[in-house]
Amino acid sequence: MRISDLFQFHFMTNALIAGTLVAVTASSIGWFMVVRRQTFAGHTLSLVAFPGAAAAALAGAPVFVGYFVVCGAGALALAAVTGGGETRSISQESAAIGSVQAFALGLGFLFVSLYHGLLTGLNSLLFGTFLGITDAQVLTMLGISVAVLLVLGAIARPLLFASVDADVARASGVPVAALSTGFLLLLGLAVAATSQITGALLVFALLVTPAATAQLITARPALSLGLSVVIALAVTWLGLGIAYFSIYPVGFFVTSLSFGLYVLVRLVRR
Amino acid sequence: MLAHEFMRNAFLAGTFVALACGLVGYFVVLRAEVFAGDALSHVAFTGALAAAAAGIDLRAGLFVVTIGVALGMGAAGSRARADDAVIGSFFAWVLGLGALFLSIFTTNSSGSSGQGTAGVRVLFGSIFGLSGSEARLAALLGALAIVLLLAIARPLLFSSVDVEVAEARGVRVKLLAIVFLGVLGLVAAEATQAVGALLLLGLLSAPAGAAHRLTASPYRGMAMSAALALASMWGGLTLSYFVPSLPPSTAIVSLAVTIYAAAMALGRRAQIPKLESIR
Repeated sequence: MRISDLFQFHFMTNALIAGTLVAVTASSIGWFMVVRRQTFAGHTLSLVAFPGAAAAALAGAPVFVGYFVVCGAGALALAAVTGGGETRSISQESAAIGSVQAFALGLGFLFVSLYHGLLTGLNSLLFGTFLGITDAQVLTMLGISVAVLLVLGAIARPLLFASVDADVARASGVPVAALSTGFLLLLGLAVAATSQITGALLVFALLVTPAATAQLITARPALSLGLSVVIALAVTWLGLGIAYFSIYPVGFFVTSLSFGLYVLVRLVRR
Repeated sequence: MLAHEFMRNAFLAGTFVALACGLVGYFVVLRAEVFAGDALSHVAFTGALAAAAAGIDLRAGLFVVTIGVALGMGAAGSRARADDAVIGSFFAWVLGLGALFLSIFTTNSSGSSGQGTAGVRVLFGSIFGLSGSEARLAALLGALAIVLLLAIARPLLFSSVDVEVAEARGVRVKLLAIVFLGVLGLVAAEATQAVGALLLLGLLSAPAGAAHRLTASPYRGMAMSAALALASMWGGLTLSYFVPSLPPSTAIVSLAVTIYAAAMALGRRAQIPKLESIR
């Protein structure tokens, strides 16, 4: 059992590259998600991929079309029901997100039962099949990650401003509502693109936990954003490495490592 | 329709699940804790898988784990409610554990009867597949949750609407938050094993969201939320009986969400109940 064994197989190299891309993308966008307190929306979007895939299978369309259409629609629906960042009542917002998620899953279940036969893929969709990633998928992910990071970089400053204090941002001319919708859309597309390859579970874990940990450690935005990326990379690489030598799933190791770190930081900071 | 035993069982269990979800949901929405409910339904999923992997009774694992986690979430949370990043981080880990137990379970049962069937059944439930004793148990637990909730309804409303004032008047705010999450855990476990995690979320959030928009009076709101949940349940069960290709959970959730959308379209703003209206 040597570390160099990890790179012996092509599928493992692909898994490491894909893991790196997911870690960087998810932790960057997740950092904003946690600042904006939209974890519930993020979880909902990561599940919306499921009815998307089921609908595409039923309609005979390519699966990725289903992902993008449904995740885009889901993000717009969430933006509409949560009022696009204007005047939000926090209790109504949580009810609306819950309803969107339940309805989306209900539709997904309907499509699956109409289609018969996607059920075997359901587990890999939810929990991921990290070790069967093809070269083409790696390239797709690279493109998506670069696009998401570029857009995120372009709107980062006004988005942070609007997230921290919406009223002051609006008063100084930042388009708060448009940014809010745009952010949900970006989150939806990023989640859709990555969860079809690595599973919704891993994406959600990398969205929320590294960012939550980093924000406990420091309050300085740039530093905690960078820290969040570093933590995500570390847990993904470690998780993949351990999973390679074990019979248990990658998702379990990555989530346990990141949650363990989170708990540790919480205990130390208290 | 009621001549079939499976339909009678579905209506029996469904009635109490709906009433319990509607009532608890009113508070869940008022306290903005829908995400916690969502997380608990996945905890139930992991609990059931853990029990399956360990080879012990599914139901025991599910109830112990879900209620235990709910109480823990209440204890770890701040005075009023848990932070969504905290819930989210924990939630992701629970899903990871679920993946582990699923893989142990499927390796142990040596690849028989399809990978995901256990997981899929817990996620989506099969209300048409309940036996008589399962339905009676679900009804009993639903009734228990309703009684528990009604017993703490007044102080809970008080502390949900205005924590500071409630605390100043000597309400045990923190204890109430823990007990409430415990009841939510009970409902989550009961609903998940009887009708699936999907229905739980739909019945927690949509009828209560509608009720909050339709009335600002807390007691009327609680009754309305329970009534709307019950209407969705009965309507959905009937609909899916007559349209066989429509799964019952889809029908029930769709009705509930339609009612919520209609309440939104009426354009009323949701109002937080006034303190005076609680007494």
